Amino acid sequence: MPDGNKKLDAKARYSAGVLEYKKMGYWEPDYQPKETDVIALFRITPQEGVDPVEAAAAVAGESSTATWTVVWTDRLTACEKYRAKAYRVDPTPNNPNEYFAYIAYELDLFEPGSIANLTASIIGNVFGFKPLKALRLEDMRMPVAYVKTFQGPATGIVVERERLNCYGRPLLGATVKPKLGLSGRNYGRVVYEALKGGLDFTKDDENINSQPFMHWRDRFLYCMEAVNRASAATGEVKGTYLNVTAGTMEEMYKRAEFAKELGSVIVMIDLVIGYTAIQSMAKWARDNDMILHLHRAGHGTYTRQKSHGVSFRVIAKWMRLAGVDHIHAGTVVGKLEGDPSTTKGFYDILREEYNEVALENGVFFDQDWASLNKVMPVASGGIHAGQMHQLVHYLGEDVVLQFGGGTIGHPQGIEAGATANRVALEAMVYARNAGRDYLAEGPTILAEAARTCTPLKQALDVWKGVTFDYASTDAPDFVPTTSVS
Amino acid sequence: MRITQGTFSFLPDFTDQQIHEQVQYCIDNGWAVSIEYTDDPHPRNTYWEMWGHPMFDNPDAAAVVFELNECRKVYGSYYIRIIAFDSSPGWESIRLSFIVNRPSKEPGFRLNRTETKGRNIQYSMSPYSSDNPQGSRYK
Repeated sequence: MPDGNKKLDAKARYSAGVLEYKKMGYWEPDYQPKETDVIALFRITPQEGVDPVEAAAAVAGESSTATWTVVWTDRLTACEKYRAKAYRVDPTPNNPNEYFAYIAYELDLFEPGSIANLTASIIGNVFGFKPLKALRLEDMRMPVAYVKTFQGPATGIVVERERLNCYGRPLLGATVKPKLGLSGRNYGRVVYEALKGGLDFTKDDENINSQPFMHWRDRFLYCMEAVNRASAATGEVKGTYLNVTAGTMEEMYKRAEFAKELGSVIVMIDLVIGYTAIQSMAKWARDNDMILHLHRAGHGTYTRQKSHGVSFRVIAKWMRLAGVDHIHAGTVVGKLEGDPSTTKGFYDILREEYNEVALENGVFFDQDWASLNKVMPVASGGIHAGQMHQLVHYLGEDVVLQFGGGTIGHPQGIEAGATANRVALEAMVYARNAGRDYLAEGPTILAEAARTCTPLKQALDVWKGVTFDYASTDAPDFVPTTSVS
Repeated sequence: MRITQGTFSFLPDFTDQQIHEQVQYCIDNGWAVSIEYTDDPHPRNTYWEMWGHPMFDNPDAAAVVFELNECRKVYGSYYIRIIAFDSSPGWESIRLSFIVNRPSKEPGFRLNRTETKGRNIQYSMSPYSSDNPQGSRYK
């Protein structure tokens, strides 16, 4: 280690003035993270001429106890304990200007069970810090002791399936379109047709709240008429995500209570309501036997660019702690951002009991979820029945597949669109269970199923060959290599 | 109408060979397969009658298909489903559930609406067949 990175004695450390962060105790290359530490991995891009170690130490400092100058009041505290410690800085594999900085935080820095408090520290101040050109929070390791202070998903995948009486296949949904402008009565028509045709869920879009063309009570009333009609027509439990997002917490509780009164099995919120509001709604959902759907509205503003922001895998971890039951997490094959490996990392974080390090999927830490419920990922945006083999292959069984245009845009109508999706899905799951190589034989399996299902045949014809094949902006840094042993 | 509960209700009814395939998939995953029947197909009727216990240590789907056909001899006019239980930690619930027998006529459900305060409506539904007592609902 160069001398410039050495720790100072107390006298030199606390003389008034400005000191490099790495000399203030925020860089400890020998530090062994404790089992109870929260660990954050940042991708840092220092300004030209800034030493990456100093940049990492600055991030550790500014996200824990430091300010820009030495303060004597540090000495009234167990300051060694409260300082976050940057303990490892690695070059990134593909960009000489970027570094991975590992920073450990003492558990006592955080209030139990508060995402707001966690994020106020970890992303509160540091992202505008001048010595850095860019900063991205790539991943976090939450210690079990901390995980256990959170409620976690209100319902969880297993209980959601038990409540819906639906097992063995992905759930099916659709977002009502057009997303703005329908009256309550017309809106409910889409819900009824889609659910009767074979979907499990329909969904309000993120920006459907209470607007002049349709106030929220109207939407809720017509939607529940549709849900109950469809349930009676099929003998299945059906649901529609009633978006209770509103301007105040009081208003959201009011809308959620009305949804409960009407017998809805699920309500929905948007990510933009904020972490505290999400945790409050998760608590309400647990208390009221309600499934809680989260639309990740707004996340693209900070998750998409690789050099700056917060990775969605971190948002996924926060949301599992915060307690939502559903979260949109990518489709791989649809119209929205999503590299297959990165998306697999997100899905694992939401659904597994224990995540092992998987650099090829962007997962940098082992994470024990300590029996916290699992979150059902939702795949939505530009997917259709013809991709069913790929969807089942990439996304697995515990996922909601949402075909909005892929249901409502069917040439023979909404009900036919829903039926096409349901038949395609059941045929694919059947083939998978029967041991067929369903990924390779997918188009054949779909064509076979279409022989006894005209709506599926029409869907396959209309959307034949529709793909969204663009390079991903958020691909993993590491690719698996064959080991030579 | 056709009640579409279960994993495969939108596909044509399975042959015994197809049932065998799906059951063997469950067994190979380590799940215990069970047969249940009912004449009350309400979607929230959770507890169908059990045709014996889940077959915990049975390695062969043929035994399940055999039991299914025994069940059909007695309850051939009922709904019968195959259920697979997974006892793995973190799941401990059902993994697959599909209908393998159904009445020749399925009259469906009545939707009851009770109009209450404001425009609020309380809904309930009941199978038309449940107007008759248990045991005499499907011929």
